[in-house]
Amino acid sequence: MKIAVSSDGTTLESNVDPRFGRCPYYIIYDTESEDYKHVDNKSVQAAGGAGIQAAQMISDMGVESMITGNIGPNAFRVLSAASIKIYSGATGSISDALEKFKKGEYKQTNGPDVESHFGMGR
Amino acid sequence: MKEIVIISGKGGTGKTVIAGAFAALVKNKVIADCDVDAADLHLLLDPKIEESHIFKSGFTAFTNKKYCNGCGTCSTVCRFDAVKEDFSIDPISCEGCAFCSLACPEDAIEMKLNISGKWFISQTRLGPLVHAKLGIAEENSGKLVSLVRKKAKEIAEDKKYKWVIIDGSPGIGCPVIASITGVDCAVVVIEPTLSGLHDAERVIDVTRHFNIPVKVIINKYDLNYDITKKIENWSEGRNLQILGKIVFSKEVVKSVIEGKTIIEYSSNKVTRSLSDIWGQLEKELAG
Amino acid sequence: MIISVASGKGGTGKTTVAVNLALSLNNVQLLDCDVEEPNSHIFIKPLFERSDPVFIPIPVVDKKKCDGCGRCKEVCAYNAIAVTNKKVLIFPELCHGCGSCEYFCPNDALKEEEEEIGVVEIGEKDGIEFVHGKLNIGKMMAPPVIRAVKKHISRKKTAIIDVPPGTSCPVITAIKDTDFVILVTEPTPFGLNDLSLAVEVVRKLKIPFGVIINRSSLGDKKTDKYCAKENISILMRIPFSKKIAEIYSRGDSIVEYLPEYKEKFLRLFKEIKKITSR
Repeated sequence: MKIAVSSDGTTLESNVDPRFGRCPYYIIYDTESEDYKHVDNKSVQAAGGAGIQAAQMISDMGVESMITGNIGPNAFRVLSAASIKIYSGATGSISDALEKFKKGEYKQTNGPDVESHFGMGR
Repeated sequence: MKEIVIISGKGGTGKTVIAGAFAALVKNKVIADCDVDAADLHLLLDPKIEESHIFKSGFTAFTNKKYCNGCGTCSTVCRFDAVKEDFSIDPISCEGCAFCSLACPEDAIEMKLNISGKWFISQTRLGPLVHAKLGIAEENSGKLVSLVRKKAKEIAEDKKYKWVIIDGSPGIGCPVIASITGVDCAVVVIEPTLSGLHDAERVIDVTRHFNIPVKVIINKYDLNYDITKKIENWSEGRNLQILGKIVFSKEVVKSVIEGKTIIEYSSNKVTRSLSDIWGQLEKELAG
Repeated sequence: MIISVASGKGGTGKTTVAVNLALSLNNVQLLDCDVEEPNSHIFIKPLFERSDPVFIPIPVVDKKKCDGCGRCKEVCAYNAIAVTNKKVLIFPELCHGCGSCEYFCPNDALKEEEEEIGVVEIGEKDGIEFVHGKLNIGKMMAPPVIRAVKKHISRKKTAIIDVPPGTSCPVITAIKDTDFVILVTEPTPFGLNDLSLAVEVVRKLKIPFGVIINRSSLGDKKTDKYCAKENISILMRIPFSKKIAEIYSRGDSIVEYLPEYKEKFLRLFKEIKKITSR
């Protein structure tokens, strides 16, 4: 299964980025191959709808779980419609976050954490 | 690192003068001018531009006359009155939706990425300044404002500055929203006029909508003591802290003409009020 | 005739000029297009008779007809549509109402429905027809509300438009298709900087214009020099006066308390008529 994590960098040593829609990268980790890749978040450039566009991209990649810091209402709506499980409130390095996730330490998020536009201006 | 934005709802209340004063009073900070539509702060800071970048946002339709067969489908579908009689596009009215481009049977309309402005990183005598200039008639979606804020924050984090002081823009729309989200405090400058109070109410509704902590400064308060009192009562009723009140002073206009912040220009009741206000704000936010 | 009153910088006196000009004329409409922060009603104090909500058309999905093909998402330029798991999600606050998605849907599964973004209020006071627009808090787009206000312009009257500050698209929407633009400024570096931006806009729109210098006694001479160099006529000067500031702060009109100004505004109007008739 594929897990996506919002990231401030391109490797497992990078940190979880608190902003789902406006983070610079996503790390996509495959639990079967135990390998990962990074993808650029093109939505950073979006005037509006960054969260929506990012969520659309994540769902198009066939990701099953999404780990992030904060997620806004629009992105939450798209990921939920795509039946992607959301785990927010994560911090620390990507590898730490993935460890915690595998151990079942993260609880699934049931609603958006922040108001829309949280990532704008940050 | 804390971010403070200065907004007002109504224009002309003294945002930029106060932002300039904070730039002079606050040590260890980056300054950001987020009033990208009508940027003025640079007139007080005399910036030396170190980096200049083009800002591209959105698309504008453009008709290649060579392929146009004059069918007028573009004109029929456009809802923004942007297609002229000769089927060329009026760039001012075009909202970049690309409907015409997709609908054109001859593929004669292309969407061109817009250069909608420029942004700059400058050095000033009071510290680094990030500022921008939005092009004429461009959509002020807030994206350029977000970019200015992002760059200011990066510099602050990189060089370990304690504060980011943001000069916001008038109104309540996208650019204002982009300048306030995630800040540690929004300082609303209110002038003692019915218009000023009316507009401040609306912008404070926006800050509350986005859960931003907000405090008030009453500027030029001696122009109308009755309305100043009204603002004080109104603030109390809404649990809003008034950081301070500043008198009207012609010295302020003189300082602007000299291209200096009021703090650098003179020492008077205005500068004392501003010092007190900053002292208060620093105490509350630094803790 | 339609006269718009604008300025690059906020707080220079647009509303003061628009309101007092309207109060000095007969057969007049005042349309406040500063829909984010409308203020003219504070001075005119109209009796509001009507309130019309402003809608923009937002697409709604007919799930029975939709097959999740994603074409709508592809054509949307604003990220207002996401399609996932064959479900179409619409995000109204990003929608510009362009109609593209409905047109390109191969299954006719999208229909536009109205979403409220603001309100236009219409009233009257002492023979002045008053219209203003208010953008709802949290809503992003002013131009559709401005367009709704301008629909009330009557060619049989003199229409005065109070324009929002700045130079971006709400300003363009308000100034477009008017016959003359009054640019109000103050003789300070901030005022001059923003005036030159506003002049660029008005020149781009090819509408005749002139300048009013407000608080003319409080500042420097650079604005005068700029206007002379650019061949821009200075239509009127209003000196700074604590009395005027006080009248304004109370929400009263200058022409009511300083009647000599009524004559000045009437002369301003005649001058504008002369310029536009050339």
